[in-house]
Amino acid sequence: MSREQQAVQQARKAFLTGRSKPLDYRIKQLQNLKQFIKEKTTDIANAMRKDLHKTANATQLFEILGLEGEINLAVSKLAEWAAPRPVNKNLLTIADDVYIQPEPLGVVLIIGAWNYPIAVTLQPLVGAIAAGNAAVVKPSEVSSHTAKVLELLPLYLDPEMYQVVTGGVPETQELLRQRFDHIFYTGSSAVGKLVMEAAAHHLTPVTLELGGKSPCYIDKNCDIRIACRRITWGKYMNCGQTCIAPDYILCESSIQDKVINEIQKCIQEFYTNDPKSFADYGRIINQRHFKRIMALTEDSTVAIGGDSDESEFYIAPTVLRDVTPGSKVMQEEIFGPILPIVIVNDLKEAIQFINEREKPLALYVFSSSKKVIKQMISETSSGALVANDCLVHFTISDLPFGGVGNSGTGRYHGKYSFDQLSHLRSCLIKKLNMEGVNQMRYPPHTTEKLRWARVLLLKQVNLARWRQVAQVATLAALTVFVVQRFLRR
Amino acid sequence: MNDFPFHSMSREQKAVDRARKAFLTGRSKSLEYRITQLKNLLRFVRERQNEIAEGLKKDLGRSEGGTPLYETLGLESEINLAVKYLKEWAAPRPVSKSMMTISDQVYIQPEPLGVVLVIGAWNYPWAVTIGPLIGAIAAGNAAVIKPSEVSSHTSKVMEDLLPLYLDKELYPVVTGGVTETQELLKQRFDHIFYTGNGTVAKIIMEAAAKHLTPTTLELGGKSPCYIDNNCDLAIACRRIAWGKYSNCGQTCIAPDYILCDPSMQDRVIEEIKKNIKDFYTEDPKKCMDYGRIINQRHFKRLMALLEGSTIAVGGENDESECYIGPTVLRDVKPDAKVMQEEIFGPLLPILTVSSADEAIKFINQREKPLALYIFTSDNKLIKRMIAETSSGGVVANDCLMHFSVSSLPFGGVGNSGMGHYHGKYGFDNLSHLRGCLIKQLKMEGVNKMRYPPHTADKLGWARFFILKHVDFGSLGRMVLLALMAVFVAVILQGYFTD
Repeated sequence: MSREQQAVQQARKAFLTGRSKPLDYRIKQLQNLKQFIKEKTTDIANAMRKDLHKTANATQLFEILGLEGEINLAVSKLAEWAAPRPVNKNLLTIADDVYIQPEPLGVVLIIGAWNYPIAVTLQPLVGAIAAGNAAVVKPSEVSSHTAKVLELLPLYLDPEMYQVVTGGVPETQELLRQRFDHIFYTGSSAVGKLVMEAAAHHLTPVTLELGGKSPCYIDKNCDIRIACRRITWGKYMNCGQTCIAPDYILCESSIQDKVINEIQKCIQEFYTNDPKSFADYGRIINQRHFKRIMALTEDSTVAIGGDSDESEFYIAPTVLRDVTPGSKVMQEEIFGPILPIVIVNDLKEAIQFINEREKPLALYVFSSSKKVIKQMISETSSGALVANDCLVHFTISDLPFGGVGNSGTGRYHGKYSFDQLSHLRSCLIKKLNMEGVNQMRYPPHTTEKLRWARVLLLKQVNLARWRQVAQVATLAALTVFVVQRFLRR
Repeated sequence: MNDFPFHSMSREQKAVDRARKAFLTGRSKSLEYRITQLKNLLRFVRERQNEIAEGLKKDLGRSEGGTPLYETLGLESEINLAVKYLKEWAAPRPVSKSMMTISDQVYIQPEPLGVVLVIGAWNYPWAVTIGPLIGAIAAGNAAVIKPSEVSSHTSKVMEDLLPLYLDKELYPVVTGGVTETQELLKQRFDHIFYTGNGTVAKIIMEAAAKHLTPTTLELGGKSPCYIDNNCDLAIACRRIAWGKYSNCGQTCIAPDYILCDPSMQDRVIEEIKKNIKDFYTEDPKKCMDYGRIINQRHFKRLMALLEGSTIAVGGENDESECYIGPTVLRDVKPDAKVMQEEIFGPLLPILTVSSADEAIKFINQREKPLALYIFTSDNKLIKRMIAETSSGGVVANDCLMHFSVSSLPFGGVGNSGMGHYHGKYGFDNLSHLRGCLIKQLKMEGVNKMRYPPHTADKLGWARFFILKHVDFGSLGRMVLLALMAVFVAVILQGYFTD
C-alpha cells in the first residue's frame, strides 16, 4: 500500500469508529486546532516569511485572524448547525415529524493552495471537522515551509482522523485515485478539471475554489481617491497573489491619468518609495511564476513600477496603461503585482467586456451611483460582487464564498462550510395509524380517489403562516382585553 | 463563442447554441416571463393528460388513474409552488450584519446559471424530466431537455407537444439514444441534471469535468426496508406493498428488500400477499393498475435475479407482455443474485436478521442508498437507526412519501447521488447564489487598520473588530423584550394604583 492509501484507510477506519459523531469531540478538535495556530504562531510566521515574504503581523491579519474567527464561530454555533432542522409541513404531513438531519459525509480530501496556505487549507478543515468528517489534508508543496509546519498538526489533532499528506504531483495523483466522500480543492481551473475528473470515478462530490480575472470597474462618478486606495490595497496584498485580487481595471479614458496618479500615491504611502526594502511588501512565490508574470508585461506600456529582481523574485507594484484586450497580460489570471488598465467608453462597454469572458470569482465596481451598481449586478455574473471595496467579502462568514462557471463550484465560510461538507438528510417520521387517509393512493385508482388526492396534494396550506396569523390574533385579543380593563379604570 | 458555421453543426450542437443565444437575449431574466412559461407548462400538463396517459400506457402499462397520481399531480403541485413563491425565491436575501458591515448592504442575489441540460429517466418520465425543468425555468435558465429514449412513446409526446407550449429556443427537446446523448455531453452547459444509474452518472460527471460544469445526479441503489418486531404489521405491509409494486417496482425509491426477524417472516409474507390481492386482484396480469416491465432487456435481467432464491409469493411471468407478477422471495441470502444489484422490479426479497443491530450493520456494509425505510412503533429505535446509518432520505413507517414533500430536499448521497431538488431546492440548485457586499466610498478611517505598514497596534484593532462577535439578531430581540417588559409594567401600574 502506498503512503497515501494508508492515510486514507486510517482516516476511514477512524471515521467508522464513530468517534467524530459527538459534538463534544468535534468542539475539542476545533479547540485543539485553535491551540495549534496560537502555539505555533512563530513557526507559522517564519514559514510565511520564507515562502511569501510576509511579515508576522500580515500573517496574523490576513491568515490567522480569519481562521480564528471561523473556529470560534463553528464552536459557538455547532449545536445549532448540527441539530435537526424542522421544515414547513403541508396537509399531508400535518401529524408527522418532518425535518432535515445534517450528517457527516465520511472522509474529506482537502487540497490546499500556496498563496494563503494556512487560510485556504485550514478553513475548509474547520468545516470538515465541524461537520463530523475525517479529513486528509494535502497542503500545497509550492509553499514548502508552511507545508512543513502543517505536518505538526497531528500533534494537536486526532492523528488518525485528520491526516496530513505532503508531496507534489505524483502524491496528489495517488491521493486522487482513492475514494473520498468529498473533495475540496483550491487552486487553478486547469487542475480543477483533473480533480473533478478523478472524483467522477467514485461519484465523489467536489468543491472547487478556483480563480479567473476579477474585473474592477471604476465609474467616473465616484471618489477616485478612496477607490484607488482600496484597489491598491486589494491588488498588491501578497504581491497580487490573491484569488480575489482585482485583476484589471476598466475605466473611461478621461479618468485614466487620475487613477494612475492616485494609485501611485497609495503605493508610496503603503509601501514607501522603495517597496523592495519594505518588510510589508511580498515576493513572488517562485521563479516559475516570476518569469510567467514578467512575460505578461512584455507588450504593454508601464505607467508605474515595472522593475524587478529575479534573484529575490521581487516585482515592484506595477500599473500598465492603455492595455489592449489582445495583450499578453489579458490572456490569463495575472496572480501578481501587475495592474492593467483597459479603457472602455462607458458602463455598457465594460459590461460587454466582462460578459465576453469567463465568469470571474469576484467582480468589483466603484461608483457613487446606485443605478450603476444595480446595473452591473443584474447584467453580469461572478462568484461574488463587491461595490466600493476589494477582498473584504472573504471575511463575512454569512456570505457564501465560492465561484461560478470557470471560477468554481460549491461554497464555504461559516455555516456554509458546515453544510457543504455535510449530508442534509431528509427525514419523514410517520406513525402506523390514520391508514384511512392513505386509501386514496392505493389501487384501484378510481376517479373518486383521484379527486381526493388532488385536493390533498394541490391545496397549498402554509401552516407556518397560519401559526403566525394565530399568534398575532391572540396578541391583538390580549391587548384589547388589557387596554379595556385599563381604560375602564 | 462558437466557431462552427451553423450548418455544419450537429443537431445537438444547434439546439445548445440556440438555447444559449436565447438565454443571452436576457428574456428569461424577468419573473413575468418565467411565470408565463411555468403557467404554459401547467396548461400543457392539464390539457394533454390524454396524450400523456397514452404514452405512459404504451411505455409502462400505466393505468389512466396512475398518470395523475404518480406523475402529473406532483408536477402541478411543484409548478403552483414555483409560481406562487418565485418572487420570494428570486429576491435578494439579506444576511445578518456584523460590526464591520453595519452600514453596508450585504445580501445574496440568486441568478440564473445559463444553459442547463436535463437528462430524464424512463421510469417516471414526466416526473423526473419535467420536475427538474420546473426548477430550471423558475431560476431563469435555458434548458435542453433530453428525455429517455427507453420510454420512447413518452419521449415522442414531449418532442411533439412541449414546443407548442414552451419557448422553443429556450427549452428545446432533443431526443435520441446513446450517440445523441454523447454528442450533447460534448457541449458546454452551466449545469447538468441527470436522473438514472451510477454507471452512466460517472460518464456524465467525467464529461462535465471537462467544462467544470456542476452536476446534480439523482441515482439509485438498494433501498433497505427494516421491519421491527414491535409494529403494526398489517399497516406496515400495506404501505410496503404499495411502495414496492407501484410502477412494477421500477421506482428509484422503492423499498428494494426487507430486513426482519426470522419469527416475523411468515406473517410479513401473509400480509403482503393479502395486500397484493387487495390492490391488484387475484390476477394482476389482468388488472389495469398493475404495470409492465419497460422492455425485454430489463425483463430478462429481472428473471435472472430470481435464480437461487425461494419464491414465497408470485413468480408468474409472461415474456411476450414483459409481465412479472408481484413476487416475494423468502430466506434470501446476502450473496444471492437478487442482492447484488438494484432490483428495479416487482421482486421483494426478505432477508432475516436477528436484531436491529444486525440490520444496521448489514445496511452499513453496503453503499449509501437513496432511501431507507424503518417500520416500528419504537421512536427510540427510529432515532437510533437514523443516527447510525446514512442514506439520501429516511422515511419511518411509510414508503415513497418524502418525494411529495416539497420542503424536503430530494437527493442521494455517495453512490445514490449528489445535489437535490423539489420546491425551493429545485430553484436554488439551478441558480447561482451570488454574495453581494455594497459599501460606500466613505468612513475610510476605519480601513486604516488593514493598510500597510502592518503594525501591532493596527493588528490589535483588527483583532477586536474581526473576533468580537456581536449577534445583532439576539441584541434586537433583547431590546424588544425590554420594551415589552416596560409596556407591561406601565399597564400593570395603571391597573393596580386604581
